[in-house]
Amino acid sequence: MKTQNQRAWFFVTPVLLLVAFNALIPMMTVVNYSVQETFGDNLFFWQGLDWFEQVLRSERFHNALGRQFLFTFLILIIEVPLGVAIALSMPKKGFWVPFCLVTMALPMLIPWNVVGAMWNIFTLPDIGLLGYFLNHTLGISYDMTQNPIAAWVTIIVMDVWHWTSLVVLLAYAGLVSIPNAYYQAAEIDGASRWAVFRFIQLPKMKTVLTIAVLLRFMDSFNIYTEPFVLTGGGPGNSTTLLSIDLVKIALGQFDLGPAAAMSLIYFAITLFASWLFYTLMTMNDNKS
Amino acid sequence: MRLKSLVPILYILFLMLPIYWLVAMSFKTTNEILSGFTLFPQTWTFANYIDIFTDPTWYWGYINSIIYVTINTVISITVALPAAYAFSRYSFVGDKHLFFWLLTNRMAPAAVFALPFFQLYSAVGLFDTHLAVALAHCLFNVPLAVWILEGFMSGVPKELDETAYVDGYSFPRFFMTIFLPAIKSGVGVAAFFCFMFSWVEMLLSKTLTAVEAKPIAAVMTRTASSAGYELGLLAAAGTLTIIPGAIVIYFVRNYIAKGFALGRV
Amino acid sequence: MAQIKLSNLRHSYQPNPASDADYALKKIDLTWDDGGAYALLGPSGCGKSTLLNIISGLLVPSEGKILFNDQDVTSLPPAKRNIAQVFQFPVIYDTMTVYDNLAFPLRNRGRDEDTVKRRVAAIAEMLEVTDMLKVRAANLSPDNKQKISMGRGLIREDVNVVMFDEPLTVIDPHLKWKLRSKLKELHQRVRATMIYVTHDQTEALTFADQVVVMQDGEVVQIGTPVDLFERPAHTFVGHFIGSPGMNVLPCDVQNGAAFFRGERVALEGPVATAGDGAAEIGVRPEFVKVSAGGAGIAAKVRKVADIGRHKVVEAVAHDMRINAILEGEAPNAGDDVMLDFKQSQTRLYKDGWLASQPEGGAR
Repeated sequence: MKTQNQRAWFFVTPVLLLVAFNALIPMMTVVNYSVQETFGDNLFFWQGLDWFEQVLRSERFHNALGRQFLFTFLILIIEVPLGVAIALSMPKKGFWVPFCLVTMALPMLIPWNVVGAMWNIFTLPDIGLLGYFLNHTLGISYDMTQNPIAAWVTIIVMDVWHWTSLVVLLAYAGLVSIPNAYYQAAEIDGASRWAVFRFIQLPKMKTVLTIAVLLRFMDSFNIYTEPFVLTGGGPGNSTTLLSIDLVKIALGQFDLGPAAAMSLIYFAITLFASWLFYTLMTMNDNKS
Repeated sequence: MRLKSLVPILYILFLMLPIYWLVAMSFKTTNEILSGFTLFPQTWTFANYIDIFTDPTWYWGYINSIIYVTINTVISITVALPAAYAFSRYSFVGDKHLFFWLLTNRMAPAAVFALPFFQLYSAVGLFDTHLAVALAHCLFNVPLAVWILEGFMSGVPKELDETAYVDGYSFPRFFMTIFLPAIKSGVGVAAFFCFMFSWVEMLLSKTLTAVEAKPIAAVMTRTASSAGYELGLLAAAGTLTIIPGAIVIYFVRNYIAKGFALGRV
Repeated sequence: MAQIKLSNLRHSYQPNPASDADYALKKIDLTWDDGGAYALLGPSGCGKSTLLNIISGLLVPSEGKILFNDQDVTSLPPAKRNIAQVFQFPVIYDTMTVYDNLAFPLRNRGRDEDTVKRRVAAIAEMLEVTDMLKVRAANLSPDNKQKISMGRGLIREDVNVVMFDEPLTVIDPHLKWKLRSKLKELHQRVRATMIYVTHDQTEALTFADQVVVMQDGEVVQIGTPVDLFERPAHTFVGHFIGSPGMNVLPCDVQNGAAFFRGERVALEGPVATAGDGAAEIGVRPEFVKVSAGGAGIAAKVRKVADIGRHKVVEAVAHDMRINAILEGEAPNAGDDVMLDFKQSQTRLYKDGWLASQPEGGAR
C-alpha cells in the first residue's frame, strides 16, 4: 500500500509548473482563438461556436479525418502483427541480441524530417534505389509524386520502416520476461506452437502490447513531419493527413479561428480514441 | 529454425536499405547523382562533408540541436525524478487525475501547439533561443520521463526506503546515495528517451527558431526545397544526424528492451 | 505406467567436459519401479533438477540412456515420453478457466470431450477444486494455482511418471502440510510412479517410499526413510537427514576397534573394508545416552535447547561437539556428564562411506 501523504504535491510542483506553462497557456490561446474572429491588429470579435460548426461541417475536414483514420488503421494492422512476429523470431540470448536491438532501434533516432528526406531520396524514380529497382528492374511504373496509390503505399511503408521496431522492442521485452518453466510445461502438456503463442506468449505480452498499440495510435494519429517532407500532402490532397491540413490552415492561410477549432476537435478525438483503446484493452482485467 | 532466424535478418536488411542509400548518396558527386543510377559511389568524394564542416550555418545547426537537446534532457530528468517518486510511493488527493493529465500532453498533436507556442515564446522573449525549444519539448518529454521513472521506481521495494530511514538517513541523502543508484538504469533509459524525442522532433523546434538556435534538421529543409542538385549535401547532412542517435543507443543497449516497455514488464 | 531405468547417465552443461568437476551429473545408474513414490533429496545445486529434466526430456544427457519399460527414450522429446511435471512455481494458463487448464493436456492429445469431462471431474474432486472449475485461473491463490498445476500432471491416466520439482516452494507453511498429505493420498489413489524433488528432508521422508539422496552429481544412497535414518551409507546422509544431524567424530582404528581421542568406542560390529582412508565414528543424537555418572566418554554440557517434545543437549568432549537428544530430564549447561553411545547404532565410516557391519552378518 502507498502512504497517504499530501506533501507529495511538493514533489510534483516543478513538473506541474513546467507542463502547465507549456500546456495550459497555449491551450487557453487556442480556446480563445476558437471562439473569436480576427481581422489582424489584435482586434477580436466574439464568434461563439461558429468555427466549430464550420469545421465539423466542412468536407475538407471530413476528408482529412477520413484519411487520418485510414492511415492509422493501416499502420496498426500492419505494424502490430509484424512487430510481434519479428519479436517471436528473435534469439533470446547471445551475441546477436544487442546487435538486433541496436540496429532495430536506429530508425527511431533519426530526426523526422530526415526520415522524410531519406525516403524521398530512396524513392526517386530514376536515381533512388527503390524507385530505380521498381521502374527499371521490375518494370512497375512508380512515381509517388504523380500516383496517389504509390504515395499512400510509400508513406505506409515509410512508417512501417520507422516505427515497427517500437512494437518489436516492446513485444520482445514481454517475451523475455516469461519464465522458462512455462515453455517446458507447455511442451510436456503437448501444446502446439500455436497454443504456446495463444495461451502463454500473448497473455504475457498483453501489458506491453497495450502500451505499443496506444503509443502507435497516438503517434500515427498525430504524425506530421515525415509525410509532409515526403509528399507534401500530395499528389493533390491525397496524402493530406489531419496534422498537415491543420498546419496548412493555421500557418499557411493564417485562418486562426478555424485552425484553433480544428485543433481542439483533433485533440478531443485523440484523447477519446486513446481512452477507448485503453478501456477496451484492459476490460478483461477489470471484469475479473 | 533456419526460417525463423531469417525473419530478423530480412527485417534488419529492410531497415538498413534506405540508410545505406542515404550514406552512399552522401559520398557521390553531384554529377554522378544526376547522371543516373549507380549502386555504389563510382568516385568517392568527401566534398559534401567538407562543405558542412566549413559552413557555419551547417555546423552551427548541429551545435544548436545538441545544445537544446541536452538542456531539455537535464530539465526533464531533474523535474521528473521527484514527481515520479511521489507517484510511485505516495497516494495523494488527485494523484490519478494528475498522472492522466500529464499523459494527455503526450497525446497532444504537436501541430496543435505550433502556433500558440510561437506566440507564447515570442511574448516571453525566448523566441529563437535554445531554451525555448528545450522548454517546449518538455511538454511531451516530462510526462514521458515521469511515466518511465515511475515504472522503474515501482520495481524497487518500498522496504529500501524504510530501511534507510531506520538507519537514520535524511531524505535528500537517501535519495541521492541509495535510491538513485538503485534506479540508475531507469534514469539512463528516461534520459535516452528524452534525448531521442527532443532530437527527432522537428515541427516545434522549427517553429520556435529562426537563425540563432536553428536545428540541423531545419537547416536541411533549405536544401531539400531546392530539390535536385544538392542531394549529395542533403544526404551528408542526414547521415550526420544519425550518428548521435547511434552513439546514444549503444550506451543503453542492455536496457533497451526493458526501456521501451517503460520499465513495466 | 512404466519402470524407468537410467543407465550410465552423465551430463555436463559444457560442450567439452574435461574433468569430473565439469559434470553436473556423474555416472548415474538407477531404476525407478512402476508405481513407486520416490523422493530425490539433496542440497541446492546437487544435480537433482538436472536429473529430473533429463527424465522428462527437457535435457538430453551427454552420455548414457534412459529406458521406459526397456524402451530407449533418450532422444524422444517431452511430449512423446508421456510424462508429467510440476514445477517449482505454479505454471498455469492465465487466460483459461480452471476447467480448461485441467483439460489442456488431454485436448492437446485429441481426447474426446466426454473423456475430458470425466477426467477433469475426477481430478477436481480429488484435489477438492470442483467449485473453482469455472473461475479464471489467473485469479487463484498461489496454493490453488499449484494444485491446478498438479492436477494437470495427474489428468492423463496413462502417464509413465509424474515429477514434482520442489512444488511447495511458494506455498505458505501451514498449507504445505495440507498439500503434502494430499499428494500422498493422490499417490495411493492413482498409483502412478511419482518422483518428488526437494531439498527439504521432511517433505522427502513423509512423501516417499524410497528416497534417493544426491550430492555433487552423485547418488549417495537409496533407501526407505528408516534406512536413511538408521544406517546412513555416507556421513553426508547422516548430516543431511535428521535434526540435528548425526554426530561424526574422528577416530583411529586399531585391530578392528575404534578409538576416539584414545578412548575406545564400541562399534555395531566388525569393520568391513580394509581401506586406510580417514576413519570417523557416526552416531545419531537419538542414540547418545547422557548420565551424571556412569559408563562412556566424559563431556561438559555447553547448551541445552528445549524444542518441544524433546531437548537437544550440546556437549563438548575432547574439543569435539556432540549432540544428544533427551526426553524428560536434562542436565544444565556447565554440568559434567558422561556420554554413552548405543552400541548397535554406532557405525564406522571410512572416507565418508559406511565401513562397519552389524553384528551377526552383512546386510
